Amino acid sequence: MSVHLPVAAEIVERIQESRDIFTLRLRRVGPDGPLRFDFAPGQFNMVYLRGAGEVAISIVSDPDEERFFDHTIRAVGRVTDALAALAPGDRIGIRGPFGTGWPLREVEGRDVLIVTGGLGCAPVVSVINYLFRRRAAFGRIAILQGVRHAADMIWRPRYDAWAAQPDTEIHLAADVSAGDPGLFQGTVVELFKRLDLAADNALAMLCGPEVMMAAAVAELRARGFADAAIYLSLERNMQCGNGLCGHCQFGPLYVCRDGPVFAYSAIADWFGKRGF
Amino acid sequence: MSDFAKRAETLAAGYLPRTELQRLLDALVSTGYRCVGPRVRDGAIQYLPLDRADEFPVGVRDHQEPGSYRVEVVDDERCFAWANGPQALKPLTFAPDEVLWQFSADASDLSFTTPTRAHPMTAVIGVRGCDLAALRLQEAHFLAPGNRDPAYAARREALFLVGVDCSHPAATCFCTSTGDGPSLGSGYDLALTELDDGFLVWRGSRLADAVLATLDLPPADAQLLRRAKDQQAQAAAAQQRRMPAPQRLMGLMQRLDHAQWDDVAARCLGCGNCTAVCPSCFCSSHRAEPALDGLSGSQVRSWDSCFTLEHSTMHGRPVRADIRTRYRQWLTHKLAGWQSQYGRSGCVGCGRCITWCPVGIDLTAEAAALLETDSA
Repeated sequence: MSVHLPVAAEIVERIQESRDIFTLRLRRVGPDGPLRFDFAPGQFNMVYLRGAGEVAISIVSDPDEERFFDHTIRAVGRVTDALAALAPGDRIGIRGPFGTGWPLREVEGRDVLIVTGGLGCAPVVSVINYLFRRRAAFGRIAILQGVRHAADMIWRPRYDAWAAQPDTEIHLAADVSAGDPGLFQGTVVELFKRLDLAADNALAMLCGPEVMMAAAVAELRARGFADAAIYLSLERNMQCGNGLCGHCQFGPLYVCRDGPVFAYSAIADWFGKRGF
Repeated sequence: MSDFAKRAETLAAGYLPRTELQRLLDALVSTGYRCVGPRVRDGAIQYLPLDRADEFPVGVRDHQEPGSYRVEVVDDERCFAWANGPQALKPLTFAPDEVLWQFSADASDLSFTTPTRAHPMTAVIGVRGCDLAALRLQEAHFLAPGNRDPAYAARREALFLVGVDCSHPAATCFCTSTGDGPSLGSGYDLALTELDDGFLVWRGSRLADAVLATLDLPPADAQLLRRAKDQQAQAAAAQQRRMPAPQRLMGLMQRLDHAQWDDVAARCLGCGNCTAVCPSCFCSSHRAEPALDGLSGSQVRSWDSCFTLEHSTMHGRPVRADIRTRYRQWLTHKLAGWQSQYGRSGCVGCGRCITWCPVGIDLTAEAAALLETDSA
């Protein structure tokens, strides 16, 4: 599959996750039927809708799922609004997968902490699914997730199911908890005080708004996490996906190709610096 | 040892009298190339198609200063006695607009195709050392192993490069300090050194063999070689501007909050002229151009500039909302970030960004001011 030329993909199913968040379940189509699509959790595709344009969207399904792959999207602009209007059977273009994935080999046998905010959950939900489907390979799993409003807390049943697993702690927060007793009213960073996971043998994966991730990095460093044990998924303007168009420059790095998942130690000089 | 002295030690030069310059064009055409060379149009030297030797800018001199470019004609026969025009090789390899792919759709299917990329074999005459250095930089970006851009590659493969040692650097030039000129480094197929009455001709690659066989030039004598050597040494010594050494430039990354960024931001218009004329700048934007019926269309790549708000915008908000951060992005990337990414600074000393800046901002002066003090 060429990173320079899209291939056609067919919408198998469209799932409305919340008022403005939806999932497109896709399969690649070739002249002789469906084609396999290989990727690593944390990677993204350039998704093209004819007449609208191309946008970078992370892949949230399991890499071992051979029948389809999922993109969970928030309708926030011209292209994503148009994508939201699609139905099963419609075809779109896909280029990818692009970028680095989450450090899933490095985390085997270790404890995992996942910190997410907003729809930043989408790129890491693939990781959470990945971890629980291979639960025995990992140590303790802790998840801190914050959203703005209780209504944005999609996939709530999954979190409940995960919370019931052994050696697992899940803490959820919403700025507006709307009376939901399962949600702490506040920010995801405030959830750190409830966290019972030691830094010794753990690796942290962060995704969400950069202000949130910067605050989380500070919490993690205070708890003894090494910079190289903190991973972040960054977002920038991406148009080509393979480090050629220059929009996603981040210091001497290209977020689309060198990232979007970076060890904090690789980006500490520029992370949180205005203008980078 | 200078690039010219090194070449003179290892290669033999032929001699082409100026009265026979047309023979070079004819030899290129008979080998299968169309010719593109320097011509004066709209008051500036540009690379344009040409067929005849009298279409070269005979007797033309360029006068470049920060924010100023003028050409004049003097009474001599030299064709290449100027430094450079606003273009380098960039538009010939990294096209200002390029169709990346096309789609066609019907009720049940959607398919994507790559456009035909057949470019005429083209000999570019008058390429400078700075242009060749910039070409190597762009190749490091667009033709990196494992990440080769097919559109760039197709254009690059169609080029035959006839370099000309720069004998008349402009006041804005500083290629001596970046190590990229004024004499040609590597990367040309054929090289010329212009003297008062003719040209030394040097073989650069095997592609030149057919052209050289047609020309069948006599060897240049020792006196001509000595004159050429003196001329090129003078051209190097004439340059007044200097870029700080690469290692010092890395210090820009430790000066991200320096007051000089505010100073330059107060002068910079954010117009992006510098990035348009820079021979190494490679940013591009991609856009969909659907046909009116919505059933076919193209994805087009066009030059972009990190000086635009849209360059860093995501979800409607720019990462670099002010000129201070946009100028800082350009300068730190060009002079420091490139070193980490591509093994050398992204500046080749051509001085175009100084000349074509409407307010005459001089990046060598800005870099020097930023690096002068230890203030962070």
